[in-house]
Amino acid sequence: MAEPLLEVKNLKVHFPTDDGLVKAVDGLTFQVMPGETLGVVGESGSGKSVSFLTVMGLITRKQAIIEGEVLFQGQDLLQIPPDEMRHIRGARISMIFQDPMTSLHPFYKVGIQIAEAIRVHQKTSKKEAIEQAVEMLRRVGIPKPDERAAQYPHEFSGGMRQRAMIAMALSLNPDLLIADEPTTALDVTVQAQILDLIDRLREEFNAAVVIITHDLGVVAEHCDHLQVMYAGKIVEYGTADDIYYSPHHPYAWGLLGSITRVDEAHKERLHPIKGLPPSLIFVPPGCSFHPRCPYVFDKCKVEVPELLPSDGHHAAACHLPLADKERIYAEEVAART
Amino acid sequence: MLRYIIRRLLWVLVTLLLITLITYLIFFIMPPTKPEVNFAGKQPTPELVAEVKKQFGLDKPVIVQYGLFAKRIFLGDEWGWPGLGFSFTTRDALKPIIIDRLLVTLQLAIGAAILWLMVGIPIGILSALRPRSLFDRAAMGFALFGVSTPVFFLGPVLLYIFWFKLGWLPGSGFYSIAQYGFTEWFMHMIMPWSVLALAYAAFYARMTRGNLIEAMGEDYIRTARAKGLSERRVVMKHGLRASLTPIVTILGLDLGGLLGGALITETVFNLPGLGAFAVKSVFSGDLYAILDVTLIAAFFITFANLVVDIIYAFLDPRVRYT
Repeated sequence: MAEPLLEVKNLKVHFPTDDGLVKAVDGLTFQVMPGETLGVVGESGSGKSVSFLTVMGLITRKQAIIEGEVLFQGQDLLQIPPDEMRHIRGARISMIFQDPMTSLHPFYKVGIQIAEAIRVHQKTSKKEAIEQAVEMLRRVGIPKPDERAAQYPHEFSGGMRQRAMIAMALSLNPDLLIADEPTTALDVTVQAQILDLIDRLREEFNAAVVIITHDLGVVAEHCDHLQVMYAGKIVEYGTADDIYYSPHHPYAWGLLGSITRVDEAHKERLHPIKGLPPSLIFVPPGCSFHPRCPYVFDKCKVEVPELLPSDGHHAAACHLPLADKERIYAEEVAART
Repeated sequence: MLRYIIRRLLWVLVTLLLITLITYLIFFIMPPTKPEVNFAGKQPTPELVAEVKKQFGLDKPVIVQYGLFAKRIFLGDEWGWPGLGFSFTTRDALKPIIIDRLLVTLQLAIGAAILWLMVGIPIGILSALRPRSLFDRAAMGFALFGVSTPVFFLGPVLLYIFWFKLGWLPGSGFYSIAQYGFTEWFMHMIMPWSVLALAYAAFYARMTRGNLIEAMGEDYIRTARAKGLSERRVVMKHGLRASLTPIVTILGLDLGGLLGGALITETVFNLPGLGAFAVKSVFSGDLYAILDVTLIAAFFITFANLVVDIIYAFLDPRVRYT
């Protein structure tokens, strides 16, 4: 098997606050293979953004207590000095963010902002960098890229801005692109365009992609693997098909159940997951999902379930026996249709 | 943009007309002592008062009076343009006096502005980069001291310490470059500049700090960091660019306000500026002089507003005037 591009081992990110220690990420282990697309799914506050901001070095030991390893091409990013990290960030790992409206600097022209990213990492003249920026804008499907490059972000639509962000992120041909809720702030039609664009560019640039989202339905068809996060931990990991068609964790059932489905238009009510995401200061003992889990039993309240593979790659952190899970999920699906 | 500027200039003119109307009403129609009595001197004969009244056109209807008054200001009088009239006490033309005074105020205001920007903005930046650090607390303590120390207190205290006790700096008074040379002028200006700049520096430090802290939390700063920019560049290019723009606005208005005369500083340090002139004119009842200073102050504030609006359009691309 090939070497993983990114390997995160037992990552913990804890923020000290006046109210106590916020355990935003609490023992996270996963890997990203070269060229694959990994979907990271979870509610707000599940630690999905925090863990990748830490991978990027945008959350540092100044703000949080960080433990564990983040191996990128074999190098532990948590151990290298900030100056070296700066050369990796933006060049070999790049990131795009949720809100393209506010992620671009309102006072600088789009082309200049992209050229700036290029010039940090490459010795090129300003003119060449701007030419490269225009070329990148063309590749992300922005019409009249040379005119667009000379415009300010407020002259772009939301979808166009996200395209510009993607152009900026890919301008140095990174090995890994982290997309943090890339489509959440966009219209539904634009969402699909952006995800298709990311798919296409992943092949063109031969980069691995991590898509962070709270919307399982949006990303499932764009991802090779999915990992479901809850309270700073992975509760289920598997191929997109595994999670979409035979999820093994009650939380994943809840996520799937809460998706609006066009083919079930006759149903009037959505199915939310009952309860609220747990406080990350006082994480429930045992399985952190147990207060909201409809299938909870005694063991869940005391013992933390491990993320155990049931077949090959598919793993879930849940005490329920596999046979029960399959039976319950089959019943849930039957009840829904 | 050009159309916008022209339109704004016309509005400045309208504003100034309105201001002259109000000042006219205040100074000629409403005062407890009639201007003609004031001008005619002590215990005038009724004939003299009537004569003066006629000379000033005060026997005509109010609207005609104002017309004459505005015409004199906007089109000039026998002493040239703009018509600033003559002094009631010395009977001299006011224009050269006021220009001299304005130049002194200008030197005071601009020097102080340079000083408060050089002190306030760096303090604000350093504070913002390490909020709640020892430096930040000390700086914000200084800011509180600065905004709450009145010039009429600080001025004499500084004079006492640095001139009277230590003898490091010369005392009050204005020594022009032309007459006394640069060093003499500069040494005499240090204290007035510092005293005037303190409150502003404190305010600008607070404002820079607040703006920069806010800007550094913006998403585009995260993007700048994600690009791999050095922290220095993130702050200096991306953070400051956004946080200094509002400061330009305030600077314009503050400077505009000061050009009408830094009354207390000028009085404390015995500088022959516009503010001190206004005070002197009020005591001697020199009507035209008070009026001129009022109009000049109003003009600078109106004009500063216009300049700020135009500069802002260049600084913030989202603001475009049509």
